[in-house]
Amino acid sequence: MSTDLIYLSGAILDEELECSLPDICRLCNVSLDMVQEMIAEGLLCPRGRHPMEWRFTAVELRRILITLRLQRDLRVNLPGCALVLDLLEELAELRQRQGR
Amino acid sequence: MEFKDYYETLGIKRDASQDEVKQAYRRLARKFHPDVNKSASAEARFKDIGEAYEVLKDPEKRAAYDKFGANWKAGQEFKPPPNWDAGFEFSGGGFTGAEQHGFSDFFEELFGRGRFGGSGQHTAYRMRGENQHAKIIIRLEDAYHGSTQTITLSRAMVDESGHVRTQPHSLHVTIPKGITAGQHIRLEGQGMPGVGGGGSGDLFLEIAFADHPLFHAEGRDIHGVLSLTPWEAALGATVTVPTLGGNVELKVPAGTQAGNKLRLKGRGLATASKRGDHYVTIRIVVPEARTNEQKKLYREMARIMPMNPRI
Repeated sequence: MSTDLIYLSGAILDEELECSLPDICRLCNVSLDMVQEMIAEGLLCPRGRHPMEWRFTAVELRRILITLRLQRDLRVNLPGCALVLDLLEELAELRQRQGR
Repeated sequence: MEFKDYYETLGIKRDASQDEVKQAYRRLARKFHPDVNKSASAEARFKDIGEAYEVLKDPEKRAAYDKFGANWKAGQEFKPPPNWDAGFEFSGGGFTGAEQHGFSDFFEELFGRGRFGGSGQHTAYRMRGENQHAKIIIRLEDAYHGSTQTITLSRAMVDESGHVRTQPHSLHVTIPKGITAGQHIRLEGQGMPGVGGGGSGDLFLEIAFADHPLFHAEGRDIHGVLSLTPWEAALGATVTVPTLGGNVELKVPAGTQAGNKLRLKGRGLATASKRGDHYVTIRIVVPEARTNEQKKLYREMARIMPMNPRI
């Protein structure tokens, strides 16, 4: 087993993250077309009107990553992913409100 | 190495049809998908289900697996007989896909080592490695103070004979202070290795918090419960409250009611630029009236300060 004792520091993707369309494509390893399809489906709501002005946050990044996993693992299509994501968010909110 | 009963994993009989295998897999995959199922064991269960399906969906692998018969029980110590796969024509259909990383030793022993044609002939094209995702569960204290964590992931490696094997791979990661549940740490180039000279993918670590006996976090804010006596709540008091940063003194105003929330500003999870608060929800503990004197005191209270809490 290889063990390197170097402590890795990564970039934190928090609420301060703000990236452009090419940035988010590179971060998530997805095509531009795919991101545009997700936006058309209402799955992502970046700030800004024009694609050149679009700004994505950690919320969008998380939604893209979950969508990719749902597509790969469960073969859920984009409208299905949008539905699942909305329901998951609602569920998380309800769980939190229930006071755990 | 333990024997794995793939039929049991999918909850099907050994004579289940291929359609039944597929249905069982899809049903369980939906149920235990780690993005959907928040229980701690979901990820391991999902992996087991995927491994079982990988074998049972393929009639050739299933037939080879079935050679073991029903005599083996899950968890039993297992060593495959020599040449167990003799007489089977494996066609090598796409086994070395990315989905198989991280399967068990049992799977590796039977179906790994290139038995299914994993000959590494991928050099004709160039491809960036896949991004990898892992969830790490840390304590609230680690998020408050910052910490270092060691995580172990399964990583696909090509061995000296050109076969793809999975290997545990440990990473030591710095967890910065003030991180919150659901946030990701992106470790560039720590994902799956690329093919044909393509760069490695990235590793995304998603943060989750372990249950804490006193607190829970909502974003950067920490919530806890503060128990008070009726006289502390009615008259006001200064009480000691445990927070992630240590005990602090809190002034409880007179007339505090159960369910009220008091805020300790800036005592939550904090980064250099953002600082959460610590909230305590008041709980009032009513002393039992055991002795006559104590009962008399309650009656006295009822006489002096009559009230109806139900209106």
